Amino acid sequence: MDKVYKNAADALEGLTFDGMTIMAGGFGLCGIPENLITALRDSGAKDLTVISNNAGVDDFGLGFLLQTRQIKKMISSYVGENKTFETQYLSGELDLEFNPQGTLAERIRAGGAGIPGFYTKTGVGTLIAEGKEEKEFGGESYIMETGLVADLSLIKAWKGDTEGNLMFRKTARNFNPMMATAGTVTVVEVEELVKVGELDPDCIHTPGIYIQRIIKAKHEKRIEQRTIRQRGED
Amino acid sequence: MPWTREEMAKHASREFQDGFYVNLGIGIPTLVANYIPDGVDVTLQSENGMLGMGPFPTEDEVDADLINAGKQTITELRRTSYFSSADSFAMIRGGHIDLSILGAMEVSEEGDLANWMIPGKMVKGMGGAMDLVAGVKRVVVIMDHNAKSGAAKLLKNCVLPLTGVKVVDRIITDLGVFDIDDSGMRLTELAPDVTVEEVKQRTEAAFKVADDLIKN
Repeated sequence: MDKVYKNAADALEGLTFDGMTIMAGGFGLCGIPENLITALRDSGAKDLTVISNNAGVDDFGLGFLLQTRQIKKMISSYVGENKTFETQYLSGELDLEFNPQGTLAERIRAGGAGIPGFYTKTGVGTLIAEGKEEKEFGGESYIMETGLVADLSLIKAWKGDTEGNLMFRKTARNFNPMMATAGTVTVVEVEELVKVGELDPDCIHTPGIYIQRIIKAKHEKRIEQRTIRQRGED
Repeated sequence: MPWTREEMAKHASREFQDGFYVNLGIGIPTLVANYIPDGVDVTLQSENGMLGMGPFPTEDEVDADLINAGKQTITELRRTSYFSSADSFAMIRGGHIDLSILGAMEVSEEGDLANWMIPGKMVKGMGGAMDLVAGVKRVVVIMDHNAKSGAAKLLKNCVLPLTGVKVVDRIITDLGVFDIDDSGMRLTELAPDVTVEEVKQRTEAAFKVADDLIKN
């Protein structure tokens, strides 16, 4: 089966619909599927529930989908970089579910691994625990969290082969590997697309079984906080 | 003279022990990395998926694929490893990180922490803070002793939504150092020229004064 598509719009063809749940990889603007997000905006699909650690910035990443009001609900751990988000949330236009970052990562990992729920001590005694089952293990309290899955996962990798085997680069890995496993369909955009056999099988981070469609794309890779030191400084 | 931000950070660096794996929060906690004592080997964890965080890059080393949890560009070291966010929080939640130093809006006398939300006003999210305070072995808070309005931040009970319950082990403010254990909160150290009386006036939480109180 050929998993390679010619561009982002082509790769999303027939996959999007109103009211769907989408996972989008990345941490801040690092390792986000920037081309697929733009294609999702252009697909016009609306009332989306988007699961992503952050919400992009006003004019990049998921910020695009907030501008066009295609997102109905976000499930995130931190949205502090996006003013549009704050405005829409405070005016009640946008629904928001905050998850602690580790809980969000584990919910996605669990969802992709066929685990419907798990217990964690993160958030015990806080707003996060409200309405959740609490259970003691070894004298300590834990709350139950559920696994997360999505209709479509959009992820970004560094290198991929035509079977969808993937390698990520540095901290651009973040949520991408778990999201790859938790989508009914997972589409990946890579910087380098190589032939099968060119990646060392021992160095593959995400096996191709999780990937249904793959594109090679150009990436702007915008930086949020460019912090530098002078040469010679520690 | 109350301590400056740098002095608070320097003070917090005494928490570092040789071989420690440490997670530093955003703001003053990040400054603590500048004061790692000579001969003490500390590995910094960044919860977006990196162990062995290096300094900020020079202009030509900037790499968009290499950022810390504050979204700042950084560099790697020879010891660096990268992993997913799920692995990163397994490390945190599983109790493998020795020390977390982070900021706070409020801390209660029992060690409850509030640092992620002001209802109706600030909706940014907790990021990894709830996981860190639940899982890391030792939690140290660095914060100004009072809010800009002058209001106390060391309280009997936190007013703001909590990040964690009974999670803080030590608080370093511009006025002094407090330790919290099952017997409650104890003032162990004072900044130069700061008196116990002044600290009491500016604190709502009840605290004991350590017998061996250090006056700097």
